[in-house]
Amino acid sequence: MTVTSTASTAPPSGTEPNGSRTRRPRISKRSVPYLLLAPALFFELLVHIVPMLGGLWMSFLRLNQFFLREWMSAPFTGLQNYRFALDFDGAAGVELFQSFAVTIAFAVITVGVSWVMGLAAALFLQRSFPGRTLLRGLFLVPYALPIYTSVMIWKFMLDRSDGMVNATLSDLGLGGERFWLLGNNAFLSLTVTAIWRLWPFAFLALMAGLQSIPTDIYDAAAVDGAGLWQQIRTITVPMLQPVSQVLILVLFLWTFNDFNVPYLLFNQAVPSSANLISIHIYQNSFLTWNFGLGSAMSTLLLLFLLVITAGYLMLTSRRSRNA
Amino acid sequence: MRHRRLSGVIVLILVLASSLLSGCAREQDDERTLTYWASNQGNSPQQDRRILNEEFEKFTARTGIEVNVEVIGWGDLLNKILGSAVSGVGPDVVNLGNTWAASLQATGAFVPFTEERMQRLGGRDRFLETSMSSTGMSGRPPSSVPLYGLSYGVFYNKAMFREAGIEQPPENWSEFVDVARDLTRPSQDQWGMTLAGASYTENAHFAFMLGNQEGAQLFDSNGRATFASPRMASGVQRYVELMSEHRVVNPDDAEIGSATEAVGNFATGEAGMLVAQNSSIAAIRAAGMSDSEWGVFPLPTPDPLPEGGEAVRSHVAGTNIAVYRNSENKDAAIELVKFLTSAEEQSILNEKYGSLPVVSDAYDNPAFNTDALRTFSRILAESSKQVPMIPNENRFETTVGAAVRDLFARAGTNRSVRREDIAEALDQAQQKMRSGGGSTR
Repeated sequence: MTVTSTASTAPPSGTEPNGSRTRRPRISKRSVPYLLLAPALFFELLVHIVPMLGGLWMSFLRLNQFFLREWMSAPFTGLQNYRFALDFDGAAGVELFQSFAVTIAFAVITVGVSWVMGLAAALFLQRSFPGRTLLRGLFLVPYALPIYTSVMIWKFMLDRSDGMVNATLSDLGLGGERFWLLGNNAFLSLTVTAIWRLWPFAFLALMAGLQSIPTDIYDAAAVDGAGLWQQIRTITVPMLQPVSQVLILVLFLWTFNDFNVPYLLFNQAVPSSANLISIHIYQNSFLTWNFGLGSAMSTLLLLFLLVITAGYLMLTSRRSRNA
Repeated sequence: MRHRRLSGVIVLILVLASSLLSGCAREQDDERTLTYWASNQGNSPQQDRRILNEEFEKFTARTGIEVNVEVIGWGDLLNKILGSAVSGVGPDVVNLGNTWAASLQATGAFVPFTEERMQRLGGRDRFLETSMSSTGMSGRPPSSVPLYGLSYGVFYNKAMFREAGIEQPPENWSEFVDVARDLTRPSQDQWGMTLAGASYTENAHFAFMLGNQEGAQLFDSNGRATFASPRMASGVQRYVELMSEHRVVNPDDAEIGSATEAVGNFATGEAGMLVAQNSSIAAIRAAGMSDSEWGVFPLPTPDPLPEGGEAVRSHVAGTNIAVYRNSENKDAAIELVKFLTSAEEQSILNEKYGSLPVVSDAYDNPAFNTDALRTFSRILAESSKQVPMIPNENRFETTVGAAVRDLFARAGTNRSVRREDIAEALDQAQQKMRSGGGSTR
């Protein structure tokens, strides 16, 4: 495109008396997009790609406390770290697999519930009524709060002896003696906290999506006798598909990689029911100083997410083309 | 014109980027200024900074060397040390937990204290033998020297002992459990003792002490983990049973993640006893409990000791000090270590922090002559044992500490903790530690 347009504009400018003046814009015009993209590309390489390649390289090294200081000279071990991480007969491999399963369950539940809650809230706030703006603002509060503050508050609330959750439960006569941060309950606590933090984002995105659906479609459907539920099912959800498609992908990637919520909620004592993969990797590299193994696990995570993302995009784009 | 502007933009970006990169390079230190990463020994980093700066004024006046102090919390210290070991950018002098000595020595980040350097500090013999045993792998020059001495002891609430009719501290483990039972009144939310069940470091220390009392051998001569043994299981069982079987510990303690929180339970009278290091004295005072309200006795052992068992009442706890290999001021840095380990400063600093001097010539100070500190210093000097000085010590703490934490979580949620569960947990921990995934040289 650019080439043809420069070619068509070049001859007239070439007829101008000052030839050197005309040549300059021609060169720069062709390279302008690249030059303008160069800074972004440079920083993208610097901030993301180079460390990623570094991590990939580290995953092939035996990088422990003996070689940390001179990490350039750490011995190359080939696939040994990967073999160890994926050895499901050993304790470490089993743990990685469990952590992986926990993470998938956590991500699916968190994304699913956040999407449903976000859609419900967006639909309720679609029609104008007094106090609507206030409610909209209120719903966005969890998303606007700093993550540290909000998760710390959840931690206090979930405390067994003085926490609000147990106090409320015992006031209601439902027993208030439960540990929320230990054992299997920890998974529930983690999921609720993550949903509480994430659903406002789903709400915001879906609310924006709703604005683009023309109201006359609903009017026409109403005339044809479609009930509210039918309208949602046949008009709202399908027409929100492009928004939902991106939203679900982004939410999935965020929750799958979530480090802050479990780390803040459980500190270093993360129960195995809430041992998300990012925490698992952290513990395997920073607490045991085995950065080669940690990098190998990170690479496996990266590969998995790449496959999921590519598969998801292929599937959804084909579906939208068919529709 | 446009071309020139464009190239101007590119040049600007390159300049910015290169300045960004050069920001990573080591700053040229002033010859006479040292950077010192101090661990958090007092109640708050602010207090630490005040105490240290007061002393460093003397140091600067004597030597002309300025010291730039940064106080770093225990939770971040190890990661920061690791980070600076990797990048080569860091302080000149650093504090470290003495149980990390061998692990950090393996990174090669610190200057070894050769015989000549030890002579500058007044010779190896000045230091307490036990504290000196926790400074690095055996057979190598130490990579750090002791700075503040600590040991475990049992703090008890005198009023609660009187009220329960307990006249004297228990002398062996079964008396200890009886006393704890006498103090426990769940209906009044009063418990025999408190502990930090979710802290992996605390758990690892207890597993070490009680396991040694049972005669457990944690590692063989090649440094291979051998702690999944019936003896070790007996030690861990005694600790976890306090909650699961004897019910003298509040189940809530399974959630306590740090020794400081446990101190709170003790100081408010919710628990009659607390097994903690003497560094807790400052926190007990800060929580409003005066020195006359509590006493200390050594951690009891089973009587008679099991075959091969040792009367270990503490691990050799404390803070060490080390000099970075990357320091451009090694001479001045050693001078600072000499200053901080001098009899005078040992006496002043340890008094202020409630810790113990690590050199014998500092004990003349009457401040160390209280009943409590005499008990702690006797434990440190006579009945404490150093944790294994092997590069994998940190992995022992994380694996065994986490195993005990999970056992407490079981006990807290009212599930039984059977002997088999303990043996299995230790076995899993040992498997993880042994396989290690390339954690050897």
